Amino acid sequence: MDPLVFVADLFPNGVTRYVLGGLLIGIGVTAIYLGTGIIAGASTFLETTLSYASDLPRFNRATYLASRDWRIAFVLGIVAGGAVYALVFQDGIWVTDVQPWRLAVGGVLVGVGTRLGKGCTSGHGICGVGSVSNTSLVNVVTFVAFAIGTALLVQAAGVSP
Amino acid sequence: MNADRHPLFVPLIFAGGLVFGLGLGFSHMTHPEVVLDFLQLRDLGLLFVMGAGSLVVGGAIAVMSRTTRLAPLTGDVYGRRVKSMDRNVILGGSIFGVGWGLSGICPGAAYASVGIGNYPILIAIAGMFVGAYIQGYWRKIRAKRAVSPTPAE
Repeated sequence: MDPLVFVADLFPNGVTRYVLGGLLIGIGVTAIYLGTGIIAGASTFLETTLSYASDLPRFNRATYLASRDWRIAFVLGIVAGGAVYALVFQDGIWVTDVQPWRLAVGGVLVGVGTRLGKGCTSGHGICGVGSVSNTSLVNVVTFVAFAIGTALLVQAAGVSP
Repeated sequence: MNADRHPLFVPLIFAGGLVFGLGLGFSHMTHPEVVLDFLQLRDLGLLFVMGAGSLVVGGAIAVMSRTTRLAPLTGDVYGRRVKSMDRNVILGGSIFGVGWGLSGICPGAAYASVGIGNYPILIAIAGMFVGAYIQGYWRKIRAKRAVSPTPAE
């Protein structure tokens, strides 16, 4: 097989959108870092926001109480960024076909896993890998391997979408 | 809201989040279908999202963490993101991976997905809150067990 054709098969949508997306994600994190020294991930928000509704000690640690308001601003910014993208490049709203039970069960596992594992795709995958942190590299290799295994099993079981 | 915060602190966080969300829009990680295409090895483009993102952030961290300058809006030092290694990093990563592989969505991409009008993703976000709560509750039970007196020998 022609190696160039093989490589093109692995990237049927090209790489421009992915590189551009990754650069902007990096620039957003970097802007916050340069201004404040904060290396922001997306999932701590889940716990800091729970502190408004729950008195469990985990959610009411001093660092969480001190960051819970700006983390809401961060997430509202992310939602707004998605909306700006949609207004400029998308025709109307876009809605997933993935079944609700997969979103629900997957969401719960993502919530448990990111908080137990100290970070998610952005905290470990972008910020931790960018920091050349061994902990983050181990976490990323673990979650990517389990995610590929799970997604292939789901596909083999004939669950789609 | 802290009264002693710089007036530009929250606006910068919001603006950074907006660029971050715009990037998630371009990357199409807001579409669980695209993430599943990656995980089922049909389109490996997401490698470039993590690659480009971590290079930009890594460059900034490498430069700034070697300086003695302080961040203008907080007066904080520029550090690296380094977390301690323990069993939970592996266990949590495994559980996260199963969830990501089942649903095709992760936290940041889920927030941005709300912005593109993908309302069913609210189910996943609700699930993430439930999961984060379960984890906090579990830690409390474990802590209580750890401090309770052991029976006399």
